[in-house]
Amino acid sequence: MSVDVTSLEAQPGAPQEQVTKKGSGRASTLVRVTKYTAVKTITLFISVVIAVYLTILIANMGGYVDQIVRGQIREFIGQQLRANQEYQLMDPAEKNAFFLSQVERAEKRYGLDRPFAVRSLAFLWNAIRMDFGTAQLMSSDTGSRQVSLIILDRLGPTLLLLGASNLILFFVSIGLALALSRSYGNIWDKLIIAFSPTSSAPSWFYGLFLILLFAAVLKWLPFGGMIDSPPPRDQLGYALNVAKHLILPTAAIITSSIFISIYNWRTFFLIYSSEDYVEMAKAKGLGDRDIQNRYILRPTLPTIITSFALLVISLWTGLILTEGVFQWPGLGRTYITAIGLYDTPVIVAITIIYAYLLALTVFLLDFVYALVDPRVKIGD
Amino acid sequence: MEGLRNGFKQLIKYPSALIGLILIALLVLTSILTVIFIPRNEAIRLWRGGEAIWGHNPKTAPPAWTNIFRSKKLPETILLNPSSPNVESQVSERATGEALLVTYAFDYTADEAPQDIVFNFSASFKSRNPFVSIFWITPDGREIRLIEQGINYNTTYRVVQDTKLQRRLGGLSPEIGLFDNPETEAVDVLKGTYQIVIDGISFEEGSQITRSDVVLHGKVHGLFGTDNQRRDLTIAILWGTPIALAFGLVASFGTSIFSMIFAAIGVWFGGWVDELIQRITEISINMPLLSILIMIGTFYSRSIWVILVVTVALNIFSGAIKSYRAIFLQVKEAPYIEAAKTYGASSGRIIFSYMIPRVTPLLIPGLVLGVPTFVFLEATLAALNLGDPVLPTWGKVIYDAWQTGGAVYNGFYYWILEPAALLIVTGLAFAMVGFAMDRVFNPRLRDI
Repeated sequence: MSVDVTSLEAQPGAPQEQVTKKGSGRASTLVRVTKYTAVKTITLFISVVIAVYLTILIANMGGYVDQIVRGQIREFIGQQLRANQEYQLMDPAEKNAFFLSQVERAEKRYGLDRPFAVRSLAFLWNAIRMDFGTAQLMSSDTGSRQVSLIILDRLGPTLLLLGASNLILFFVSIGLALALSRSYGNIWDKLIIAFSPTSSAPSWFYGLFLILLFAAVLKWLPFGGMIDSPPPRDQLGYALNVAKHLILPTAAIITSSIFISIYNWRTFFLIYSSEDYVEMAKAKGLGDRDIQNRYILRPTLPTIITSFALLVISLWTGLILTEGVFQWPGLGRTYITAIGLYDTPVIVAITIIYAYLLALTVFLLDFVYALVDPRVKIGD
Repeated sequence: MEGLRNGFKQLIKYPSALIGLILIALLVLTSILTVIFIPRNEAIRLWRGGEAIWGHNPKTAPPAWTNIFRSKKLPETILLNPSSPNVESQVSERATGEALLVTYAFDYTADEAPQDIVFNFSASFKSRNPFVSIFWITPDGREIRLIEQGINYNTTYRVVQDTKLQRRLGGLSPEIGLFDNPETEAVDVLKGTYQIVIDGISFEEGSQITRSDVVLHGKVHGLFGTDNQRRDLTIAILWGTPIALAFGLVASFGTSIFSMIFAAIGVWFGGWVDELIQRITEISINMPLLSILIMIGTFYSRSIWVILVVTVALNIFSGAIKSYRAIFLQVKEAPYIEAAKTYGASSGRIIFSYMIPRVTPLLIPGLVLGVPTFVFLEATLAALNLGDPVLPTWGKVIYDAWQTGGAVYNGFYYWILEPAALLIVTGLAFAMVGFAMDRVFNPRLRDI
């Protein structure tokens, strides 16, 4: 969770490579941003596909992906045969032989007799199309056994939790980091420095303490979950109730990363505010606010966004146990349930989904990066 | 070497670093002592041995020292057997068999009744069961009959489960009723010397009652308390220390060293090697590390060593490799590398003897800062019930407390707070030292 300060200085200056010829005006800016985004998207897509493929390879070391497909085949054929009149009239031995011959044919059709390299590519293709097969034990809210539906059900709450906490985290950290870099060395600054080591603990860990304090001892906030049971009828009441359940998990996530973010960014602002052009701006007599917004924040923003992207990535998977601790009905808790039930298709699918979500996060932040980085916009 | 010594001198000028170093030293000392005095197999036996090892302990009892902060002192466990003080035991021969009369006397000073009172009997006989009567004599001289019954080869009598006795005591739960002061309205404990009289008879030649022990399960236990299986948490708390430190240090050390080697190789050879390492890093950043570890833990092996190797392998190509690369790019241009090249040093020699040692001071803060991350990673996996199957760790205690013991809902806060406190102390100790080191070894940060 601790983002190394030195890593802030070493982000790649990638945008320059994709920038084409010089030009001016809104249209060429659009072209550049689009082109930059397109190139980024393609490289990102390739790396995601490889990441997913590696995940499949790891999962299949013990033949687990094959087991998923075999299970599906058996279930499907079983269903088909149960509806078959002739099959019902056979005697048990004949039934079994017929069933097995059907399974063997289907396995051949699905290519389970093919070499592993070919099969894993077939599974990769399914994973890219978000076709994860059927779960062994779990089902979605609507009762479907489709893994993709189970995951879709649970994505909303996870996005709500991560979105809420990250937005607060980002703006509060930047605001405080700027404020501290202006008045460094004072008591608040020292306090933040003193607290920054606490960010070494993950969010679920702070979740334990927050639940102990605010739910168990003080009884102010609920232990967990996303909504009271029964839920309030009117929409406003519903929203407020969800917000009330959101307070503790959000607080846990923010607590676990805010001090390190403030510390890192404050340090970064401080390094930048000793640059010559800032001194120059001061000498010209520009106001503090102008210097801060135009001369310090503007050039550092792309790097800040990159470091934020790394933070969000670490938060994504850190969310698994946080959701578990707070009984938050998101992806992470479903993951934990799937581990408990040993539901292989769901475990593999969620792992792959996490790879997608990481890539999506990187993509979104890269897009924002392209918007704020003048090197992409103006070229050269 | 001189540089490192100077660095250390500067480091201990930071109070936070000094506190951190002291804490780390204490943790290391605890680990060494633990491993010496409770060897691994002994720890596993104590943690997984079964009822025979922890049967005498109370259930979910907070640590004994919490009594200091309580206005009502809770009792500790009292074990009564023939070797304890204030016992009178006499055996007399009968025509067939023998008669046993044991009197246990003990002082009771706590403000609350014990958790349970358990009598354990063992006997040897052929066809006729021996018979025991138990009498409870309070400090004010009342005599309460507990049971009069035949016993088997092994018989356990738990006072808590005796509903008949409960009725005779006026509806009070028996273990409370036996200690209640009848003079007062409220339910409170009568302090003083209690006596338990066990009167046993056997009816056959050679038949005898071989064991007649009493355990008064307390409500507090030892230094760290017990869990819901009556296990003494001391074992898990102490053994968690070397495991957490070993995992954190080895994982952080391994990751940093390998990242650095790969970064140096990439920079030195350049071209497609560098390109390949950079692409692998980009892919690796897109891989959900924790979920992959969880998947491996679920499907293959929960052994802490397997998890450790996988953790290191997956973390080599992380964001850190990029910062090492940036540093090595500068180092590569240094004149002394140029000189080495001209006298014909091999690539291996330049990488391992000239480039890597040069940046080692830069590696140390990151290495120390990485330790808490891995300590908590191990705790996270254990708290997901993917911990090592045999060794007790802090994360597993948290899992037990949270998931199986319902510690939060039932108010057993000590059970969660103890491992959590040690985790945070370990994490903070390394983080404080790491932050200070970062300032000492990273000149750009020194004045800030």
